[in-house]
Amino acid sequence: MSALSILYVVLFYVAMITLVVGVTNKMLQYKRVPAPLKIAVTPAPLTRRGVVYRFFTEVVLFNSLFRATKWTWLFGFLFHASLLLAFFRHLRYVISPDAFIWPLANNLLVQSFGHYAGFAMLIGLLGLLARRIFVDRVRYISSPSDYLMLLLIMGIAVTGLLMSYVAHTDIIQLKAFIMGLFLLDWQNLPGDTVLLVHLTMVLFLMMIFPISKLLHAPGLFMAPTRYQVDNPREVRHLSPWGAEIEANDGRNT
Amino acid sequence: MAIKYDVPETHEFPIIPSIMEGAMAHSAPFLANKEFQSGMGFPSAEEPGQLIDGWKEKFLELLQDKLNKYRSLLVFMDTCVKCGACTDKCHYFIGTADPKNMPVARQDLLRKVYRRYFTFAGKYFPWLVGAVDLTEDVIKDMYSYFHQCSECRRCAVFCPFGIDTAEVTMAARDMLAQIGMGQKYSNQIIPKIHKIGNNLGLPEPAMLDTLEGLEEGIEEETNVKVRLPLDEKGAEVLLVTPSADFFAEPHIDGLIGYAKVFHAAGVTWTLSSKASEAANFGLFIGNYEQMRQISLRIRDAAKELGVRRLIFGECGHAWRVAYNHLNTLAGPWDFLDQNYPIPQHILEFTKDCLDRNLLNIDKSENDHMTLTFHDSCNIARASRIGDEPGSQFTTPREVIKAVCNNFHDMSVDTINDQTFCCGGGGGLLTDDLMELRIKGAQPRMESLKNVVADHGVTHMAAICAICKSQFTKVLPYYGMTMDQIVSVHQLVSNAIVLEGQGEASEDNEAVEEAA
Repeated sequence: MSALSILYVVLFYVAMITLVVGVTNKMLQYKRVPAPLKIAVTPAPLTRRGVVYRFFTEVVLFNSLFRATKWTWLFGFLFHASLLLAFFRHLRYVISPDAFIWPLANNLLVQSFGHYAGFAMLIGLLGLLARRIFVDRVRYISSPSDYLMLLLIMGIAVTGLLMSYVAHTDIIQLKAFIMGLFLLDWQNLPGDTVLLVHLTMVLFLMMIFPISKLLHAPGLFMAPTRYQVDNPREVRHLSPWGAEIEANDGRNT
Repeated sequence: MAIKYDVPETHEFPIIPSIMEGAMAHSAPFLANKEFQSGMGFPSAEEPGQLIDGWKEKFLELLQDKLNKYRSLLVFMDTCVKCGACTDKCHYFIGTADPKNMPVARQDLLRKVYRRYFTFAGKYFPWLVGAVDLTEDVIKDMYSYFHQCSECRRCAVFCPFGIDTAEVTMAARDMLAQIGMGQKYSNQIIPKIHKIGNNLGLPEPAMLDTLEGLEEGIEEETNVKVRLPLDEKGAEVLLVTPSADFFAEPHIDGLIGYAKVFHAAGVTWTLSSKASEAANFGLFIGNYEQMRQISLRIRDAAKELGVRRLIFGECGHAWRVAYNHLNTLAGPWDFLDQNYPIPQHILEFTKDCLDRNLLNIDKSENDHMTLTFHDSCNIARASRIGDEPGSQFTTPREVIKAVCNNFHDMSVDTINDQTFCCGGGGGLLTDDLMELRIKGAQPRMESLKNVVADHGVTHMAAICAICKSQFTKVLPYYGMTMDQIVSVHQLVSNAIVLEGQGEASEDNEAVEEAA
C-alpha cells in the first residue's frame, strides 16, 4: 500500500469517529439537559402525531423558512435537496450491489437527476453566498466561518462535478478502497489530485460537524419550541430540578 | 418636561429599513439601585449598574448553570446558522433600524460569549466564529439590547430551527441581575406583589373601595345590582386579573364586562386581595423561582377561598404563564373542578356563555364603532384560548363579532401568529424606555392606520393589559387618539342587556325599601 493510501485510511477513520462520537455526544448533552417549562411556539400540535407532522413540514419543506423569506428558502431548499440526491448517488461507492439497500442508490431518480445534483447544489450555494454578501442585514451577522463553510461545500461540489464531467477517477479502485475501510481489508486509493482534494474537503467537513453550525441538522429536533405537545393544562410538566425545588418547600402539596 | 421623540414614518406597505449601526445604542432602562436589588435577593455594588466584584467569573458560572438547566438555551446557542430569516421580523428592528435589534444579532450578544468560553472553535479560533472575550462593554451592550426585546417570539415563528430569542433574553436578563445589573422597573414591582398582592401596590381597602364604586356605577347605568366580590369564600370561580383592570382605562371597562358576564351567567365568583394580580414579571426577568413564588399566591388564594374554578382576565403574558406554567409551577390542581380547563381564560368562559345563549346581546350598542383586533403576542404565539390549535385567533374574533356589527381585520401578515408586539411588552412598559416603545409600535401602528384609512376602522380591541396601556400612550404619537384602544370585554359590556336592565328606577328603590 502507498503511504498516501495509509494516510487516507487513517484520516477516514479519524473523521468518521469524530463525526459519530462528536454528534452522539452533543445529542446526549442536549438530551441530558431538561426543558423545565412548556414553551411550544403556538399554534402547536395537540398530539405527538401532530408533532411528527410539524417536523415533516419543517424538515422536508422548510415551512418556517418559506414563510420568512422566499429567496433564502429557494436557494436553501435547492441546496439541501441536491445534497440529499448527491448523498444517495454516492451510496453506490459504499454498498455492494447485493446489499438490500442497493435500490436506494440504484434507481432512476437518483441515477438520472443525481447526475446533475452537483449543478443545482452550486446554484443554491451561490445564491446563499450572494445573499450573505449583498443583503446588508445578513452581511452584518456573518462571521468568516459562515463564508468559509459555503466555500468549503462549493469546493466539494466543484471537484465532484469535475470528476463527473472532466477528469474521471478510477471509480472501481475507489470503491475497493472505501469497501476496504468497512471490511478492514485496506486497499490502495487512486492518486488523482481532484479526487484527493474532494475527499480531503469531505473529511474536513465531517470532522468539524460536531463543533460547528452544522449541528443545526440534529439540533433542529431538540428545540422544545417545536417538539413540545401543546397540552400544559392537561398534563403536568415538571423537570427534575423543578421537582427538587418543590420537594424542598412543600408548597405544592 | 415634554420630550420630543422621532416618530417613525408609516407607509401603505411595510418597508424593511437599511441597517443603521448604533441607532439605539443609547437606549437602556434605569438600573435597579441597591435597595431594589437586595429586595429581590440580587447582589449589588455601591452604585446602580456597577458590577459586583468577580462579576466575570460569576457570569460564566451562571451561564454554565443555565446551560445545564435549560435545553432551549443550550440548543439555541448551537443551532443558529445565520440564515437571516429572522433579521427583518422584529418590530424593534423595523422601528429603529439598529442591526443589534435583529433577533439573531441580539442572540449573538450572548452567543459570542458562549462560543468564546464553551466551544472548541471559539476557544481556539475566536476570530473565525465571531467569539469575543467577556468585557464590561459586552455586558453594557447586553443590558441595552436585551432590554430592547419584548420576548414576543415573532422571530421564533420564522426560524427554521425554532430558535426563540425570548429564551435567550430571559436567561441574559437573569444573569445580568445577578451580577448587579437588574432593571429598575421589574425589580421595583415584583416585591410589591409579594408584600401587597399586586404590581400596583393597591391594598385591600383601596380595592374594596374601587369595586364598590364600580358596583354603584353599573347600578346607576343599568339599574341592576351587579356584584364585584372580593375575598368571598365559597364562590364558584376565582378571577385573577391584571391590577390595571382596577383603575386604568380602557382596562376597567373590561372588568365591568367580566362582572356582567358572570352576573348574566349566574355563576358566583370572587376576586382575591392576596392574588389581586394576574401579571407575573418573573417571566420577564427570566427567574424561575420568582415566577413560581408569584404563581403560588394564586394556589394559596384558591385554597383559602375554597373556589372550584380558576379564570384569568385579559392579560397577555399573564395568560402565557398561566396557560403554560401554572400547572408546572403551582400545580397539581387536583382540588379544583376537573370538568373545566385549569386555568380557564375569560374569553373561553364568555364564548361558552354566548354559545349557550346565556347572554342577551344587543349588538347595535356598539354600532358607533368599527373594530379591528390586535392579537397579543403572548396569546398568539405562546398559549392557546379554546380547544384547537389556532383557536386563540378565532375565539376573540368570534366574541367581538357576536357583540359588534362592524369588524375588519388588519393585514394578514400582521395578525394571528404573525402579529406584531404592541412595543411595550416583556418588561419594557416603563417611561424610561419611551423612545423604544414609540419606535417599536411602528409596525402595528402602520397596519392599524391602513385599516383606518381603507376600511373606516375606528377602534382597536385588545386582550392584554400591557397592550392597552402601551397603545393608550403611543396612539397619539401616530396621529390617533388614546381612546381608540378598547377592551374586548368592554364591547361585551356595552352590548350585554342584563335581566331587568333599564326598568324604572322607582321599582328598584321600592324593592330596596321593602327589603
